[in-house]
Amino acid sequence: MNNDAWLLASSAEHFYGLYNYWIVVFLMMTGFFIVISRKNMIKTVIGLNIFQTSVFLLYITMGKVNGGTAPIIPPDQVPHDTHGHDSEHAHEHGLNQLLEPVSESNPIQAISTKIESSLPLETVAEHGSHEIIYSNPLPSVLMLTAIVVGVATTALALALIVRIREDYGTIEEDEIMIMDRES
Amino acid sequence: MIEHHLPILLIATPLMAAPCCVLIKHRRLAQLLAFIVCWLCFGISIWLMAKVITEGPVSYNLGGWEAPYGIVYVVDYLSAFVMLFVAALAAIVHTYSPSSIRAEIPESKQYLFHATYLLCLTGLLGICITGDLFNVFVFLEISSLSTYALISLGKTRRAPLAAFQYLIMGTIGATFILIGIGLLYQMTGTLNMADMAQKLDKVREINGGTWAGSRTMLVAFAFMTVGLSIKMAVFPLHSWLPNAYTYAPSVVTCFIAATATKVSVYVFIRVVYEIFTPTFAFNILPLDTALMAFSLVGIFVASLAAIYQTNIKRLLAYSSIAQIGYMLLGISMATTAGLTAGIVHMFNHALIKGGLFMVVGCLILRIGSAKLEDLRGAGQTMPWTSLGWALGGLGLIGVPLTCGFVSKWLLLTAAIESEYWWVAILMLLSSLLALVYVWRVVETLYFSEPSEKALAAKEAPPLMLLSTYVVIGASIAFGIWTEFSAGVATETAEYLLAGTAEELTGGAP
Repeated sequence: MNNDAWLLASSAEHFYGLYNYWIVVFLMMTGFFIVISRKNMIKTVIGLNIFQTSVFLLYITMGKVNGGTAPIIPPDQVPHDTHGHDSEHAHEHGLNQLLEPVSESNPIQAISTKIESSLPLETVAEHGSHEIIYSNPLPSVLMLTAIVVGVATTALALALIVRIREDYGTIEEDEIMIMDRES
Repeated sequence: MIEHHLPILLIATPLMAAPCCVLIKHRRLAQLLAFIVCWLCFGISIWLMAKVITEGPVSYNLGGWEAPYGIVYVVDYLSAFVMLFVAALAAIVHTYSPSSIRAEIPESKQYLFHATYLLCLTGLLGICITGDLFNVFVFLEISSLSTYALISLGKTRRAPLAAFQYLIMGTIGATFILIGIGLLYQMTGTLNMADMAQKLDKVREINGGTWAGSRTMLVAFAFMTVGLSIKMAVFPLHSWLPNAYTYAPSVVTCFIAATATKVSVYVFIRVVYEIFTPTFAFNILPLDTALMAFSLVGIFVASLAAIYQTNIKRLLAYSSIAQIGYMLLGISMATTAGLTAGIVHMFNHALIKGGLFMVVGCLILRIGSAKLEDLRGAGQTMPWTSLGWALGGLGLIGVPLTCGFVSKWLLLTAAIESEYWWVAILMLLSSLLALVYVWRVVETLYFSEPSEKALAAKEAPPLMLLSTYVVIGASIAFGIWTEFSAGVATETAEYLLAGTAEELTGGAP
């Protein structure tokens, strides 16, 4: 297809396709504007939180794969045996196989080959394909850390505001500035 | 066996010791524990430096997960060097601290001080050692959050305010860095710095060798540069620094002034030289021109501001902003000589500024004020402390036989080599400004009518003086014996400019 035509056709799709990113930009700018324009300390902290939230959304958006599911092996793909009471035992065995310590040089590869090899052939046939599309879990995990950092920052900021309020009797930066200049 | 695990122990020991300090809840025991841990970290970092010099870069896979998937700790020349002086100053400042802490921090909060101090050290060392970009962010936040808390321990009511303002600026900076990291991850699908550098090379190749797009990379670069500039306190983004340094307790100022901004400079060097590569930053984008302009303006504005300060801590804080300018000046030249000068100045300035703030800590302990008018004539009652200022001040100006001279000399030759004549001239002029503000304090200490407070003062306690002189002495020793600092820095600069980032990804020792 012609490159220009493709661009034109996809521009509308582009806009809606990047839906999440528009929200990210909107939140980011809102938060940033609040931080730099508000003199009330609590409002500044709220702005900072909105600003950080936009980054969480950015990461989570980039981790989503279209049509991808959560990166957990679906229960029907977990190895099991159909022969009555033996099934529990076999299940355990399958899990043990997954969980047993990995000694090869590349643990990730080792585990993934193990997972693949432990999938029963029938299920592969049923689903037509060996591959299941998973979303990328890493950005979400990174954001768990970032959220913790954000909570810590907010907590520290609020604690500082409490102390500032005790010492100055106000949380408006303008008023504090005037008080500092006078003293 | 333990030898193999030393890189992780360097981080894990202070990280584990910090909550122990809180649990102990006893002032002296917490202090003892922090003291031991700080020196232990110093020991480990010496060992790592020695190992890097003899055997080359060390890498350590966390939990046995290999490089691009797991988090890898990499100790090469640059990181070992920065860790060495960060750990050294942390240990010496902690040795120096007891009397000063007793005077400035309420007794009930002292054990918390030690815990936070260790956390801050963990963060700073972690930033240096990790080879994973997201890890850099996490450690950056660990060190920043503990720095905010440490600053708020200051005596005056302005301390929490300064900490709050720093927190807002710092968090904006950190979030910018986080956005940059996110965009880079989106481009490359990896967080390992060396791996990322390789994959970004491919982005360039796809674009036909020249720069033909990838706005994502451009935006990521912009976010990371601005974010790190806030953390480094580069001139127009420096507003958090003077208040933070002025109102923090003396010990905290010594520690963060000597280490925190330098570690951010370290990250900046890593990001610009290793991940984005100098070609991208300096040839395709005009970062060198921008950086040079900002650092020169910063040097002059901050030095002039320092001249007019009446508070000695604030004076040194402005001087710190100017000195960051010198480091960035070297980095912006993008030559081996320039980068060497920048890295050497990181080390030298850590020693000089650490030493000077320690002198100020002694003065504040005995005189009870940081105002120049109260310090008048302190040279008579506190001769050793004042001599410390004079010696450290010589280093700040860049007089021969001090380490300040070494870095300025390297910077000057680098500027001349690259034929930046006007930069060389401006640098010499700016040294005169440093002479003015250092002399102003010398004059106050030695040649003024003593103030009442200075007359009542007596010499600082021996332990504080001793540790101050260790740092000041080191700043002179490294001015005479330049082989170590300049040698390591040259090695690093050559390595970074050769662009051999690949070596770091694989190959556990």
